[in-house]
Amino acid sequence: MPTELIKGNTAIAEAALRAGLDAYFGYPITPQTELLEHLARRMPELGRVFLQAESEIGAIHMVYGAACAGARTMTSSSSPGVSLMAEGLSYIAASDVPMVLVDVMRGGPGLGNIAPAQMDYFQIVKGGGHGGYHPIVLAPATVQEAIDLTYAAFDLAEHYRTIVVILTDGCLAQMMEPAELPPMRERGSPISKAWALSGAKGRERRVFTSVHMSPEEGEAFVNKCARQWDVITANERRCVSEQIDDAEWLLVGFGTAGRVAQSAMRAARAAGLKVGVWRPISLSPYPTPELKALAPQLRGCLVVEMNTGQMVEDVRLAFDGRVPVSFFGRSGGVVPLPEEVLEAVHRMIETAKEVVC
Amino acid sequence: MLMADAPEVHLVFDRPESLTDVDTHYCPGCSHGIAHRLVAEVIDELEIRERTIGVAPVGCAVFAYNYFNVDFAEAAHGRAPAMATGLKRVHPEAVVFTYQGDGDLASIGIAEALHAAARGEHLTTIFINNAIYGMTGGQMAPTSLPGQRTTSSPCGRDVETMGMPLRMSELLATLPGVAYSVRRSLHNPKNILQAKKAIKRAFEIQIEERGFSFVELLSTCPTNWGLTPSESMTWVEQRLIPFYPLGDYKVI
Repeated sequence: MPTELIKGNTAIAEAALRAGLDAYFGYPITPQTELLEHLARRMPELGRVFLQAESEIGAIHMVYGAACAGARTMTSSSSPGVSLMAEGLSYIAASDVPMVLVDVMRGGPGLGNIAPAQMDYFQIVKGGGHGGYHPIVLAPATVQEAIDLTYAAFDLAEHYRTIVVILTDGCLAQMMEPAELPPMRERGSPISKAWALSGAKGRERRVFTSVHMSPEEGEAFVNKCARQWDVITANERRCVSEQIDDAEWLLVGFGTAGRVAQSAMRAARAAGLKVGVWRPISLSPYPTPELKALAPQLRGCLVVEMNTGQMVEDVRLAFDGRVPVSFFGRSGGVVPLPEEVLEAVHRMIETAKEVVC
Repeated sequence: MLMADAPEVHLVFDRPESLTDVDTHYCPGCSHGIAHRLVAEVIDELEIRERTIGVAPVGCAVFAYNYFNVDFAEAAHGRAPAMATGLKRVHPEAVVFTYQGDGDLASIGIAEALHAAARGEHLTTIFINNAIYGMTGGQMAPTSLPGQRTTSSPCGRDVETMGMPLRMSELLATLPGVAYSVRRSLHNPKNILQAKKAIKRAFEIQIEERGFSFVELLSTCPTNWGLTPSESMTWVEQRLIPFYPLGDYKVI
């Protein structure tokens, strides 16, 4: 496939379609709208389902229905819209049906603004809806990675019958970058799925419900989910690192912030500082063992986020006090600059020296 | 020898194939059982059991999936029409119906209901209107009558502060996407037979892909009305029907 200049939102939409997306339901919200618009044109062209719902609540419950029907299904939104989807996400998680959600985060809370942010890490990574379920959450840092993760997301969702969230932000979604799109996949038949609703023709009826009236049944279901999550945690951790071999100082960031951290790392290296960068791609399950393994070589760690400090809690948990962890964040829609991250690196190193003295 | 002498036996009444053989959780005198049976009889008569998918509400009928011998999904509160839209769009050949109470459809889920109807989704909605929240224990519904006492309107529904009840059949009939919107009642055999005819027509309209079809059924809630089953049937006739006139509000 040739490399082309493509916008993040469009790239994610096209990758989903090529991964065999059967049915898309969405509602316009900036900065994800191009994703919906691309599918509004492409899905009917291919004889697939596209529907603009009456609200994000409508969209997520249409996805719920389509998922129960065995379709490869997806919705996309941005922070305030995802809040409205929280109800449906919980029901979907409780019904063991697969779906993909693309969340293009924007500044918040409230209506906030349409600028890029990472202020919904807690919301998405720690659940989103009620009931303590775990989605798989993947955070791309480039348009190419957004394509690759979206393409893989549907297989992951179906394999584990779970929710997969592509968690990105207005920066990556609106940015154009050279990228290669994957080939068009053959679509499977929703009816062929051995669990899907399609009408009880020649078989026992099937039922999807999230009700467990007896507490014992409820606990058994929750425990089953927990065991499934252990399997996912063992198999699906993803992270990347750069300049890590001799690194004494570590920059950690996900998505766009991870990319800013990468630029800062390169500037730090040019200044002779032994700085490496580590970027989790799966925010859930978190690559905790991989991060923890770096602890012995590190003198300090700086977490960079586009919020006031959310993922930093998971980094601190991973290091468990073995490495001093500091934080640099810009929020409300402000994207940090590599220069200010580099300054924060210098501060981290100075502080460490003071502690040693 | 006994067999030869036995009189010939004709089965005159049986459980429809589209109902399961289980005990019901509904209260004595509740008309959900009648409505379930009518829907199941219609599914049998139209020979669509093997391609029907039902969507249950939240409310007393939350366990409807236990009683219908067809594929079923249980939706979040009020979201059945959205969930049914997703199912139907993926399986256009399936017959998809929602079964919803008044709180579910006319209050928390009114957006999903109106928009599924406005889109002309090829769905059938069975709307059970008993003018009260049953499962949570008798609170005011969007269809509770003016002056009706409930646990959340203990002095009676004051329309000055709580507004007037919604007449869903009339409201839906105004939408171009709706092909069929009628109100029937389940308070006596004559009306039950008329209700069944309407349910059958609603499913036929879906099969014919003519648009959204909607059957409102005036129903009882003896437990939360504080009446006997027999008194409840009278209450439907004397109180509910005058406010919610039976009839065809839209038939295409």
